[in-house]
Amino acid sequence: MIRELAILARHGHQSVKDLRTQPVSPLFRGRPVIAEGITTRDIREAAAVCPVSAINNDSGAIDLGRCLFCGECSFLKPGAIKFTNDYRIAVNDRGGLIVKPGADARIRLDETKVRKEIRELFRGSLKLRQVSAGGDNSCEMELGASGNVNFDMGRFGIEFVASPRHADGIVITGPFTANMAEALRLTYDAVPFPKIIVLAGTDAISGGIFNGSPALDRSFLNNHPVDLYVPGNPAHPLTFINGLMDLLGIR
Amino acid sequence: MDQPSHFKLKNNYPAGGVREIPISGYDDFYSFVTDGLKDEARHCLAYYGIKTQDSLKLYCFLADDPSGNIEVAAYETGTLNPVLRSAADLFPQLSVFEREINENFGVVFEGHPWMKGVRFPHNRRDKSKTMENYPFYGIESEELHEVGVGPVHAGVIEPGHFRFICNGEKVLHLEIQLGYQHRGTEDLFLSKNTPLQRCILAESIAGDTAVGHSLAHTQLIESLTGLEPGEALQIERCVALEMERIAVHIGDTAALCGDVAYQLGQVVCEAIRTRVINTTQLWCGNRFGKGLIRSGGSNFPLSEETAAEIIKMTDFVDRQFSGITECIYSSPSVLARFEDIGTVTGTQARQIGAVGIAARTCGMARDVRKTHPFQYFRNFAVNPAILETGDVLARGMIRKLEVRESLRIIRELLEVWAGKDKDTGKPDYSYKLKPGAFSVSVVEGWRGEIVHSCETDAKGNLVHYKVKDPSVHNWMALALAVRSQEISDFPVCNKSFNLSYCGHDL
Ligand code: SF4
Repeated sequence: MIRELAILARHGHQSVKDLRTQPVSPLFRGRPVIAEGITTRDIREAAAVCPVSAINNDSGAIDLGRCLFCGECSFLKPGAIKFTNDYRIAVNDRGGLIVKPGADARIRLDETKVRKEIRELFRGSLKLRQVSAGGDNSCEMELGASGNVNFDMGRFGIEFVASPRHADGIVITGPFTANMAEALRLTYDAVPFPKIIVLAGTDAISGGIFNGSPALDRSFLNNHPVDLYVPGNPAHPLTFINGLMDLLGIR
Repeated sequence: MDQPSHFKLKNNYPAGGVREIPISGYDDFYSFVTDGLKDEARHCLAYYGIKTQDSLKLYCFLADDPSGNIEVAAYETGTLNPVLRSAADLFPQLSVFEREINENFGVVFEGHPWMKGVRFPHNRRDKSKTMENYPFYGIESEELHEVGVGPVHAGVIEPGHFRFICNGEKVLHLEIQLGYQHRGTEDLFLSKNTPLQRCILAESIAGDTAVGHSLAHTQLIESLTGLEPGEALQIERCVALEMERIAVHIGDTAALCGDVAYQLGQVVCEAIRTRVINTTQLWCGNRFGKGLIRSGGSNFPLSEETAAEIIKMTDFVDRQFSGITECIYSSPSVLARFEDIGTVTGTQARQIGAVGIAARTCGMARDVRKTHPFQYFRNFAVNPAILETGDVLARGMIRKLEVRESLRIIRELLEVWAGKDKDTGKPDYSYKLKPGAFSVSVVEGWRGEIVHSCETDAKGNLVHYKVKDPSVHNWMALALAVRSQEISDFPVCNKSFNLSYCGHDL
């Protein structure tokens, strides 16, 4: 007993106090800032190195729905492309993930597009069912970590549940494998209305490095609107929780 | 004089020429494999087929532990519809490889005990076989019932299907069907062909083993290009690999505690793991080490300050983890759930070719860091822990022992590192691969041995890329572990192995 108490004492308070402002280590790559005056040549060279064509060859904008946050473009062009620590990069509008040269403001949800019932019904309690469709297990582990002693999203009534029948929505990870297409559809259909869809991780949003593989089937997205896009490789727990807080209207 | 039946090479040494692998007739190929495996110090690292126009080439790699040699033999079928004698009836460890060759190319292996699909890949030979119409093994009986679990599981984990046949609460048989995670990864190594794309693919094979898989890939590329990592870089890679090992082992300990409702163990271990992966993030900006391992150099050469933080982290882990594991493994309520549960015998482990912690908890001294060393482990002795009982308790305990050993490795390696030239260099993304060559690269990841191998054509383009995650062997260990157990013990058995779905499905 004394031994256990000593461990508890050393364990101390582990939970992150303010999930909005918690600092992360300097090298963490969140929202990029692209220099306003980035040259056409720098754009071309950065775009050529990008493994997933996330950089627009003409405008120089970076699509965070494709970006794997490998940092290579910024290593090549340190004067023109920088990755900030800002992990609040989840949006509800796919277009919101495009970061243009010169833009250095926080990425925000499009408030006009948040469905009314989401805030009315889920603000105090949001139960989610996770479906991995080819996820590499790093995103899954970060989603798991979102509920652990450190990040503790349970403080907002947000948690993962075992059955889709108990859930208010699904969180999809992975590039959407064809072999999971049927199970994904069944799981989504089993969630009662109204329900939300969250895509966690770049693989889910665009296929990531697996984009174009014949082993994928992304047709689910053709007729299912997405409520939240959470970029990252994997999506950081702080990105995920902040995104949900924004969606639910929690300050 | 007899032609040599096989070619010998070492892990991660300069690549061999494809022509140097002698092509035998099937009888010789078969005896190479079956005679070789009679010696228990050998096991099959990889066995796969490469399709040419109107023929198939089969390659089999055996690892000989005492000599540190890897032996490879080849057989050319001369037809696309060969019928061959199975060797899996004698050596069950070959079963999964023959199944894979059958699934991909339609090779018939006569005498194979159970020719079922491995992962239903998009380019499988027989497209009429699907995940949905797969006929599970069944037993006709009034007394027995079946329980199907998955592909979507209760927790936040990857998908796979478990089909139990039970007599009351007791499990008679578990069939594990995977493939849901298949992303076509091996083919993508050929179609996404910039060096950076390949590195990123490798670290996405299994995100919980980003360092292990990307290191296996990087070594393979380096052996095919002549890029030589300097000693400081080799040490940094080993440190990263050991940090990955301790992070996952501690996370698994948390999960095991969670399964048996020992909350103190769960939350304390979760917090320790957070500290470890945040230190990885401090080093390279990513909690899983994505971006850290690159061919030819590093974007994140270790600094004195980061090295000091890593040392501080090891002190913290040492103190906290040894304290909490003492509590965990002396608590009667925990021990009652771990001891004699989910036992795999030494004989079973040897038969199925278990690797990594699944092997080392069954008395097998199988650790690539020691037997086929790579990177700085060629100059640095690792002392793998070996346990005998093969139960959940052993698979929990070995994590504790391996964390302790990895902490020692990290500290001592960083001391050596301090005295080295910091000659890391930038990654090389313009390399050319040797033409007409093949190579094999093996790394001891936290689950066990990871094998990557590839072959190039006359122009130096990759024509084949093969990945083997340790889970390929160890899933069978889980199926055996739950036999005659209560079905309610399945979750704790499953956690005690923590196998990869995506690493298996590719
Ligand atoms: S950080 Fe993103 S945009 Fe830059 S190269 Fe990597 S994937 Fe492309």
